[in-house]
Amino acid sequence: MTNWIVILGIAKTHLVTKMKSTITASLGVTFGIGAYITLVSFMTGLNKMLDDLIVNQTPHIHLYNEIAPSEKQPVALYADFKDAFNIVHSIKPKHSQKKIHNALPILNHLKRNPEVRGATPQVRAQVFYLSGSIELGGNLIGVDIMEENRLSNIQDYIFEGSPQALQNSDNGILLGAGLAKKMSLSVGDRLQVSTVKGTVFPLKIVGFYQSGIADIDDTQSYVNLKTVQNILGEAANYITDINIKLHQLKNAPLMAQKLSRQFNIKAIDINEANAQFETGTTIRNLITYAVSITLLIVAGFGIYNILNMLIYEKMNDIAILKATGFSGIDVQLIFMSQAIIIGFVGGILGLLIGYSLSVMIDNVAFETEALPTITTYPVNFNPWFYVIGITFALLSTFIAGYLPSNKAKRIDPVRIIRGS
Amino acid sequence: MKKVLEAKHINKYFRKPVLFHVLKHITFEVQQGEFASIMGKSGSGKSTLLYILSTMDTDYEGSLYLNQELITGKSGPELSQLRNGHIGFVFQFHYLLSEFSVLENVMLPAKKLARKSRSEIEHDAIQKLKMLNIEHLARKRAHRISGGEKQRVAIARALINDPDILMGDEPTGNLDSFNAENVFQIFKQLKEEQGLSLLVVTHDIDFAKRTDRIIQMEDGCIVNTNAKPILGSINEGKPQL
Repeated sequence: MTNWIVILGIAKTHLVTKMKSTITASLGVTFGIGAYITLVSFMTGLNKMLDDLIVNQTPHIHLYNEIAPSEKQPVALYADFKDAFNIVHSIKPKHSQKKIHNALPILNHLKRNPEVRGATPQVRAQVFYLSGSIELGGNLIGVDIMEENRLSNIQDYIFEGSPQALQNSDNGILLGAGLAKKMSLSVGDRLQVSTVKGTVFPLKIVGFYQSGIADIDDTQSYVNLKTVQNILGEAANYITDINIKLHQLKNAPLMAQKLSRQFNIKAIDINEANAQFETGTTIRNLITYAVSITLLIVAGFGIYNILNMLIYEKMNDIAILKATGFSGIDVQLIFMSQAIIIGFVGGILGLLIGYSLSVMIDNVAFETEALPTITTYPVNFNPWFYVIGITFALLSTFIAGYLPSNKAKRIDPVRIIRGS
Repeated sequence: MKKVLEAKHINKYFRKPVLFHVLKHITFEVQQGEFASIMGKSGSGKSTLLYILSTMDTDYEGSLYLNQELITGKSGPELSQLRNGHIGFVFQFHYLLSEFSVLENVMLPAKKLARKSRSEIEHDAIQKLKMLNIEHLARKRAHRISGGEKQRVAIARALINDPDILMGDEPTGNLDSFNAENVFQIFKQLKEEQGLSLLVVTHDIDFAKRTDRIIQMEDGCIVNTNAKPILGSINEGKPQL
């Protein structure tokens, strides 16, 4: 029974002849949605960067052999003292190997697990960096650099040189930025490392590494797995740590427990290692949502006001439409379609403005110690924000249009016609 | 003769500010092809009656028949449809949609009725405008024409769906005598040439005198359903707005 052509025709004429209020109403939506898109893209971009700072450098699950005293002391195994109350003083940890037992089979096993995005072997070694007369204590981490790059974006933290350079060099080292500064070394220079046991080994600097955390940058450097195994004089199956990245971060705690039991090894998941990480992320997300919802609601009220005014202006038209045979529903649809058109046009413009502002922010210079490879502000161009934006524009204009148009639907034409 | 419109025992109350019995047991009918006018003092309830007859006001007691069909108690959308197809209405003020062109204003009720194609409706609308000698205004915006012209456009709009009855609430009340005469001649012509029934509320005694019959109202009652158009002494009072 509804004649859409007529209704849309009237709605269009109203909108076109009242260009000023149409534009004002649309701009209300445009700015609301534009600000929403810009803010949410920028804020989630920053959030993601902050999260990445932690997530990139922390494996979802970290496997290693922990040095700890045995839980069961030998006396407990002795049957004669079974019912006795034993006290053992000054327990020391047993001398055991640092390497993970059967590391290579474990790695293969993990790589076949569908939940695992990747598992990388590492060898950690305590060394002294020797350069001239200086001796600095620190860690040397042997890594499979290309795999490391795939899983933890190590490339983002290498500000001179490249992962490939390390991969291609037998005795290359990616030196921590703090160390490089202290020893005033540059790429191509040589330095020597000495192990705890006293072996001295020459290395060539192929790049610098900066995590943004001074403690790490002052002590830690990366070399190839094989290099560190050579330095330590160990075989190719000498692996002290295995870092695991999962497809789903939330599965980490359960998986860590399972692996720990399965391989009788210490397994730390990311939540345990960085308890503050989750809290921070949750709160930042909460702020983002609160701000976006506020913006969208403000836009909705703008539309409500303008439509309300429009309907007051059009009282006579409404009365005459009703007198000539348009039903209340028809009148309501006329104003609803105006609201939706305003919402749609304003929303699309808002998306465009939001996108352009995001692109602008994405190009603003942003230099930080923490992320040497990031030069501009991070912006998250997630298409879902745009879907949410336009959906909300339509939804809010629908609600904002529904209330006044409902009033228009109920207007009694007799009162208007006789009252003027 | 066929009854176009029939009212039986219509009672109407205004509840605000105090309970007031506006219309008392109104019973009358309008025959097909009849040109009737309703006269009465301000406040005698004649406009109120007309809005009830036009189906816009549904808050009344009694029963109303259009083409011998009971329309009292029908739903809002049904009444809208009835109004759209069977009743033409001309007000004291033109009530044109000012943003639309004259032609669009005339076409609008027919588009709503959607009984004919767009081009047929346009053709009809031009015919109506031609009949009222205002076809040259068709493309003008409704707020750019004179008062007399606007009223003729409003009549064209009321006629576009070929209604069974044309109702007027002081259709000449806002016009100078020349234009008023013009409107009267149009009404007369419609009755004579097309057999249209007309029911017009008016204060204009000269206008009323020349209609077929005057229904005279006083204090919410019909005192005479067929006053001969001789009573020259009806107190005019202020034109009712």
